[in-house]
Amino acid sequence: MKKPRFDPRRRQFLLTSVTAGAGLTLGVYLPGCSREVVLPAAGPGKAGGEVVADYRFEPNAFVRITPDNRVIVIAKHLEMGQGTYTGLATLVAEELDATWEQVEIEAAPANAKLYNNLFWGPMQGTGGSTAIANSFKQMREAGATARAMLVQAAAQKWNVPANEISVSRGVVQHQKSKQQASFGELAELAGKQSVPEDVFLKDPDEFQLIGKQLSRKDNLDKITGKAIYTQDIQLPGMLVAVVAHAPRFGGKVKSFDASQTNTVKGVTEVVQISNGVAVLATNTWSAIKGRNALNVEWDNSNAFGMSSTDLLADYKNKAKQPGQAARREGDVDKTLKAAKKVLEANFTFPYLAHAAMEPMNCVVRLDKDGCEVWNGEQFQTGDQGALAQLFGLKPEQVKINMLYAGGSFGRRANPKSDYLLEAASIVKTIGGKAPVKLVWTREDDMRGGYYRPFYYHELKASLDKDGMPTAWQHRIVGQSILANTPFEGAMVKDGIDATSVEGASNLPYAIPNVSVELNSPKLPVPVQWWRSVGSTHTAFAVETFIDQLARTAEQDPVAYRRKLLQQHPRHLGVLNLAAEKANWGQPLAKNQARGLAVHESFNSYVAQVAQVTLHDNNSFSVDRVVIAVDCGLAVNPDIIRAQMEGGMGFGLAAALSSELTLENGGVVQSNFHDYLVLRMNQMPAVEVHIVNSTEAPTGVGEPATPVIAPAVANALYALTGKPFDRLPLQLSA
Amino acid sequence: MVTLNVNGKTHTLDIEDDMPLLWALRDILNLTGTKYGCGIAQCGACTVHLDGQAIRSCITPASAVQGKAITTIEGIESLVAKTVQTTWEKLNVVQCGYCQSGQIMAAIDLLSKTPNPSDDQINQAMSGNVCRCNTYVRIRAAIHEAARTLAAKGGAA
Repeated sequence: MKKPRFDPRRRQFLLTSVTAGAGLTLGVYLPGCSREVVLPAAGPGKAGGEVVADYRFEPNAFVRITPDNRVIVIAKHLEMGQGTYTGLATLVAEELDATWEQVEIEAAPANAKLYNNLFWGPMQGTGGSTAIANSFKQMREAGATARAMLVQAAAQKWNVPANEISVSRGVVQHQKSKQQASFGELAELAGKQSVPEDVFLKDPDEFQLIGKQLSRKDNLDKITGKAIYTQDIQLPGMLVAVVAHAPRFGGKVKSFDASQTNTVKGVTEVVQISNGVAVLATNTWSAIKGRNALNVEWDNSNAFGMSSTDLLADYKNKAKQPGQAARREGDVDKTLKAAKKVLEANFTFPYLAHAAMEPMNCVVRLDKDGCEVWNGEQFQTGDQGALAQLFGLKPEQVKINMLYAGGSFGRRANPKSDYLLEAASIVKTIGGKAPVKLVWTREDDMRGGYYRPFYYHELKASLDKDGMPTAWQHRIVGQSILANTPFEGAMVKDGIDATSVEGASNLPYAIPNVSVELNSPKLPVPVQWWRSVGSTHTAFAVETFIDQLARTAEQDPVAYRRKLLQQHPRHLGVLNLAAEKANWGQPLAKNQARGLAVHESFNSYVAQVAQVTLHDNNSFSVDRVVIAVDCGLAVNPDIIRAQMEGGMGFGLAAALSSELTLENGGVVQSNFHDYLVLRMNQMPAVEVHIVNSTEAPTGVGEPATPVIAPAVANALYALTGKPFDRLPLQLSA
Repeated sequence: MVTLNVNGKTHTLDIEDDMPLLWALRDILNLTGTKYGCGIAQCGACTVHLDGQAIRSCITPASAVQGKAITTIEGIESLVAKTVQTTWEKLNVVQCGYCQSGQIMAAIDLLSKTPNPSDDQINQAMSGNVCRCNTYVRIRAAIHEAARTLAAKGGAA
């Protein structure tokens, strides 16, 4: 027996629309939202070749059923590899009792009232590993409502009671009268039904699709080369722009000479914009050649001039003073002073580029009605607002086409809309006379800023006679990601940027005296969230320092953690699972060791055991990684596994080799030959174990990333007896 | 003028001699399955086949490959190619997908020459193809599985 599961405070209001042959379109409105109706020129509704202009189209529709029996799920989140299209579709299809094969996905337009991230308020965007977590109930309700209306339609058509009708695998059936129909056959009639205010959601034991192995919905596009990314957009009359940027952060154009550029075949125009000089051409190669031929003199009077070495010295100096308190419990100073055994450590983390495979790019077209954008769009509301302001438009006049993103890892959700504004300012400069595709080369992408910030950490801890920690002091120095962004008000409190200290301020280990402090220097190097954000550095500091405490106490690092995590069952759960599956404690070859780390981020819990081999030539390899994850109810177990594998690999690159260095206020590295990322020959064997859970689902895109570096470092520490104080890891000679 | 044979069709392009094959394919012929990732043969996203051999189209001038058979992801149809694609789908290899055309072209080249590759041979053949989503575990598994499938079909490679 199914129970209504609507929380009355969150009751949703639904609207449907229909036109001859167009089938059922279902919208879900949240209370307080206006019921505005927009008639788009194209987009969802065109499917099946139906005329859409004459029917009331709901732009917030999450589900559409076509007369040819396709179920179209409108995805409000960006598909950037994390599998969200598949995940959102799974939720809808589950409650709709659709077959997986009949489900298709379409990208939602930009509209914060209708497609907001429910975790972010009236703001549309993808990030923070929230896509499935915030949509879990909403998408299931959308599916359940569509199902209820199909049942009502069948009841009307067959003149039988609705409660005698069943739906299974895409077929609506009335057993007594032996009648059945496909969704498509009922779609039009379903669209004429009144919308139920309450719908029934399944109990987990009734799930047919959630928790099962399903084929990714983007597989076919992506194995055939048919998937369309921003880089692939070609519009009539479109020009490609490649921009010369200042080599030092804060540099400006003093003057430029385009005489050579203008001789390059295909180059149409060279224009100065606020942050550089844009070369426009009829194709990408001509634009690149034109930019290479450009002679720009830069005004460096206000340019940044520091190197990474300067920065480290400055940060070390800053760490001598107490920072702003992010957490303070007990009396750390007094305890440390009185302690017989005190350990100290410091850690240095470099700037990191996201280096998504698709370098940043964006297509912008301006016409009399507004502006249209094609982008691997991760932050619709911010970008809409920024472009509207630049062009003097209303936000709703900025139409955004959300395309597949060739990776992002946080980069495409830029709070300052950096590359979108660059593209838009080029379009504005040329008076909107042509659509423009801004293309960043790999070098532009690597040197264009918005990095994971450079950080320096200092830690101190005291141990009691049993080797257990009595005080823990953690001081962090590094730029704030949120300073001067729209998020500053909500997420920077009392000078503490929550993203700078997450993973440190919520230290789970039971220690009576804890102090976590932050110093956020301001620098002109643009910084941004990078997959798993603060945890990219805090997890390394915490998890390697805990190993140092355990080994100083002559205790097994896993047993030591267990003692300190008694109040944290979900940490313990993944810790124990990973340790067991990795045969923790079982002997290995002399030159091999295991290292473990456990960390919570984005409300998901991950433990990893890395098995590492030390080779004769003073190198090492990571051979095997066992991952345990607790992300609540597993919606798509295979995608969870994929995110654990890939997220771990992303962190492993930073553990082994990725590093941006500054010289004279600019970035030294430029491409994959000197910014080293993980390659096939470095990828370990990976095993993923998912904790069986009925808790609400939490994110999986990011939580695997921060755990691997400390796990590897701890294995190397076990082998060499020397702790590590920086990333990427380097064995001492 | 540059004359190219792409996926079995001949095209004459009004382009400069130094335009890399990558941009000729993408911007002139609108074959956008082949991707730009680095421009200096460091990432493999631009991998296509030249007379059946995997090459990096981003550093190969289009004018230098006239008279040769160029195959892109849009034109693959051998049994090895189809098996690789089917296996990729079965194992849900892709994530963002941007590098996968190149990965698939490299894997087809590998399996065509080495029907039953070892992990070391896979590492050697595939380490030039970067995947920032780090789908390497599944690429490796898919190559092994495709090799088994092809062997069962009678060593079609």
